[in-house]
Amino acid sequence: MSGLLSAQSVTKKFAGITALDSVSLDVGDGEVVGLIGPNGAGKTTFFNCLLGLLKLDGGSVTFDGRDLAGVPTHKRARLGIGRTFQRIELFSGMSPRDHFLVAERVRNGRGALWKDLLFLGRPSSDENARADAMLELLGLQPAADRPIESLSLGVGRLVEIGRALMTEPKLVLLDEPSSGLDRHETEVLTEQLRTVQRERGFAVLLVEHDVEFVRSLVERVFVLDFGTLIASGTTAEVFADSAVRKAYLGDMV
Amino acid sequence: MEELISRIVVGMSYGSVYALLAVGLVLTYKTSGVFNLAYGAQAFVSGAIYYDLRVRHDLPIPVALLVAVFIVAPLLGLVLDRGLFRYLRNATAIAKLVTSLALLVAIPQILKLWFGQNPAAGTQGIVPRGDTSYNPFGDVFVSRNDLATILVTLLVVIALTVLFRYSALGLQMRAVVESARLTELAGINADRVSTASWVLCSFLAGLAGVLLAPLFAAVSDLNYTTLVVVAISAAAVASLSSIPIALAGGLGLGVLQQILDRYLPTGSVLASNIRPALPFIALFLVLIFSPALRGRRELADPLAGVDPPPPALASTVRSAALTNATRIFGVVVGLLAAYYIFFHASGQWLDIAIRATILSVIFLSITVITGMAGQISLCQATFAGIGGCATAQLATRFGMSVLVAMLIAAALSALIGALLAVPALRLGGIFLSLATFAFALFFDNVMARFDWVGGGVVPEDAPRPTIGFINFDQSDKAFLVLCLLILLVVAVLVLAVRSGTTGRYLDALRGSETAAASIGINAARARITSFALAAAIAGVGGAMLTIYERAANYDPNFVYFQGLIWVVLVVSLGSRSVEGAIQAAAGLFVFQAVILNQVVPWLADHVQPWYHMGQPPQTLAIILLSLGAFTYAKHPEGILEFNKRKSLEAIQRLIDRRSSKGGATSAGGGTLDGSETVGLPAAAGGPAS
Ligand SMILES: Nc1ncnc2c1ncn2[C@@H]1O[C@H](COP(=O)(O)OP(=O)(O)OP(=O)(O)O)[C@@H](O)[C@H]1O
Ligand SMILES: [Mg+2]
Repeated sequence: MSGLLSAQSVTKKFAGITALDSVSLDVGDGEVVGLIGPNGAGKTTFFNCLLGLLKLDGGSVTFDGRDLAGVPTHKRARLGIGRTFQRIELFSGMSPRDHFLVAERVRNGRGALWKDLLFLGRPSSDENARADAMLELLGLQPAADRPIESLSLGVGRLVEIGRALMTEPKLVLLDEPSSGLDRHETEVLTEQLRTVQRERGFAVLLVEHDVEFVRSLVERVFVLDFGTLIASGTTAEVFADSAVRKAYLGDMV
Repeated sequence: MEELISRIVVGMSYGSVYALLAVGLVLTYKTSGVFNLAYGAQAFVSGAIYYDLRVRHDLPIPVALLVAVFIVAPLLGLVLDRGLFRYLRNATAIAKLVTSLALLVAIPQILKLWFGQNPAAGTQGIVPRGDTSYNPFGDVFVSRNDLATILVTLLVVIALTVLFRYSALGLQMRAVVESARLTELAGINADRVSTASWVLCSFLAGLAGVLLAPLFAAVSDLNYTTLVVVAISAAAVASLSSIPIALAGGLGLGVLQQILDRYLPTGSVLASNIRPALPFIALFLVLIFSPALRGRRELADPLAGVDPPPPALASTVRSAALTNATRIFGVVVGLLAAYYIFFHASGQWLDIAIRATILSVIFLSITVITGMAGQISLCQATFAGIGGCATAQLATRFGMSVLVAMLIAAALSALIGALLAVPALRLGGIFLSLATFAFALFFDNVMARFDWVGGGVVPEDAPRPTIGFINFDQSDKAFLVLCLLILLVVAVLVLAVRSGTTGRYLDALRGSETAAASIGINAARARITSFALAAAIAGVGGAMLTIYERAANYDPNFVYFQGLIWVVLVVSLGSRSVEGAIQAAAGLFVFQAVILNQVVPWLADHVQPWYHMGQPPQTLAIILLSLGAFTYAKHPEGILEFNKRKSLEAIQRLIDRRSSKGGATSAGGGTLDGSETVGLPAAAGGPAS
């Protein structure tokens, strides 16, 4: 398994607290990896560090054989890192289709001001076709042209995933995709994710509190507690580990 | 040496006042989230009242001081907070900025109704015989006014220290300044703290206004607005968050200004232009180079996961029906107006039509920068001025055809816009607006005065063009047609950009900057493009105005104040759509021509209790229109747009009711109605398990 993403002793400090303390983690090509830990463990912070939304206080991140130091967020995205957000971040006023079309335009890089000025900036037919394909893949056709404000949180999470996938990332970072969803919606989402991932073969780093969700998707798990990695290994090993059960799962299983 | 020392003392007296203002700016910003651009205007209120009582009515100093500083100023703060900013606590940063901008425009005008239009000379300080100087150490002269200012500031600083150190309210204020959201979680009543700080800050502004008065020869609102710029720099040095640094910054800038003033070489044009512009240059440099401001882009919100996302606006989507309805309506009204103007109207109406058309072009630049890119730029008038001056220069000096010159001028504006955007965009939000403000003031005071820009004393000429057999110099009607054509082209281009890649990227950035970056959108590039585009459009508009007036009249047409009024106007009437810009421009002129020329003179003749009413029409127009901006927070789409949407919804409901009565069930009707759409529930930060 070739290493796609490799984080070496990533450290991040906020005034007073060390949110991440020398965290090392790797994800292989096409691999689905979990990152779990109690609230405030530093999972979201880790994602922000990977994407360059936060500056590292120590350590390094390599993606696809390239050191990411100094690479701005939007370039990291173009290198092939997609993500979704724990606190949902959609483009207000746009429909799901618009979300996908914008992402598609970024991917193919065909936009230019002079084209806009000559009325050549509208979505082309192949762009529309690709957006349609994604809508169908995620079962979003009924909501395709409604403004995003009028859709439920579950649909919103799917749109976020679709938007990330439109850029054809090699790695998708999912931050608590099931948070705020009910049992049924979560099951649907799990199913969708599994299908899409099999079909496209991208790697996933999944942050999730829902143990069932994690178990059903993930091959390998890293456990974060107070900014330090306390365990890692296959799903079965980690969930059997007593330290993990105590730190994190104790009262849940 | 003595010279230097007396300069330092004078500098300290200016600096004290700046420091007071800077502290007030930081305090209101941190406790209520409002960057109070109108702070200088508040100082002007107290300065003017003090002058009126003390000089015009010859009241004793303590009485005048009591009324101006201890009664009126805090009251003004109370009214502003309770009546206005309290309702804006959860509004967007842009809404708060626009509101304070409107106050900056309106307050001096309101006051002038009573105080008189012209600056009043012969100011007096807060001590008797303020001009008397002492010279304790040889040749160092210190006037009583300077001493009083420094002493009062010292007293105030001591009082503030005591307040912040030892009183409960002061501690709460300090806590809010440190971290507003943590304090709120700790159960402190932020509303109360905000009101208290508004009252306190308004008092500081009033005090500063009275202290500043004797430093100028006359009481005039311009002095106050431009000098508060230094206070803004001091607040920016403190990155709007540290009170002690703001204090030190204000003092430092005051002294620095005096020293530079003394030691800058005299004689050269450059030096004499730069001298009065030092405050603006300082602000610009502080903003661009302050490292503290640059890090602001980093995600630095410890509670990001706790807050629910801001509610989405039902109004961000414009229905196709509304667009079509306005289009049809607009075309009909436009044709009727054109018919009237071409065949029946007097020259005055022709003039109004031409000016409104030109202003529409300029306003489209605000549609691009604010409506599409979501940024508030306060220098669109400057870009228009650049376009106008460049056209005139090219036409006069190189004998170029004005139409070619106009295109080159637009390109030049775009270039300058892009160059300004590169450093300014690193700042973002409020600091971006301040940087554009500083740029506008700098251009007005330094650049526009050069011969090769504004034309020196006499503005440069710009002849009207002749195309084929049409001589636009002879016929204003032909010129109106030309203007309409240009407006059409610009409007179509704006629409094209909006529906193209640039427009979609800007939409995405407005929706969520983080998410846009996470799919690979280069925010800086998209915004620089929008800045350059807006500058070019403003440049075209400025060129047209110049050609129409046959000369580049930088002073009344393109000074920063125009830019402020324009932004307030467009944003409050509707900056999201192309018609919004056209309506705002047409509205402004029709309003001035009809209501003000007819209604106001009657009012002035019959109900004129005011004793210095100078030129009411202009003043009233500015007041009324800027007050319109207060609706912005409630209707960010613009008040006209809002009303259009509401009426269309009402019609839609009527149709629905009809059709359901007829037996047909209208499924999914009323999607236009904000209340029927299902809001996206807030994403909770906690685990779902
Ligand atoms: N910008 C910031 N400034 C200061 N502290 C921060 C910031 N962002 C996060 N933190 C702190 O860092 C720690 C880790 O937060 P993070 O959001 O990464 O946790 P998490 O594992 O994602 O938790 P959750 O499961 O609740 O999402 C927390 O203590 C949080 O308060
Ligand atoms: Mg998190």
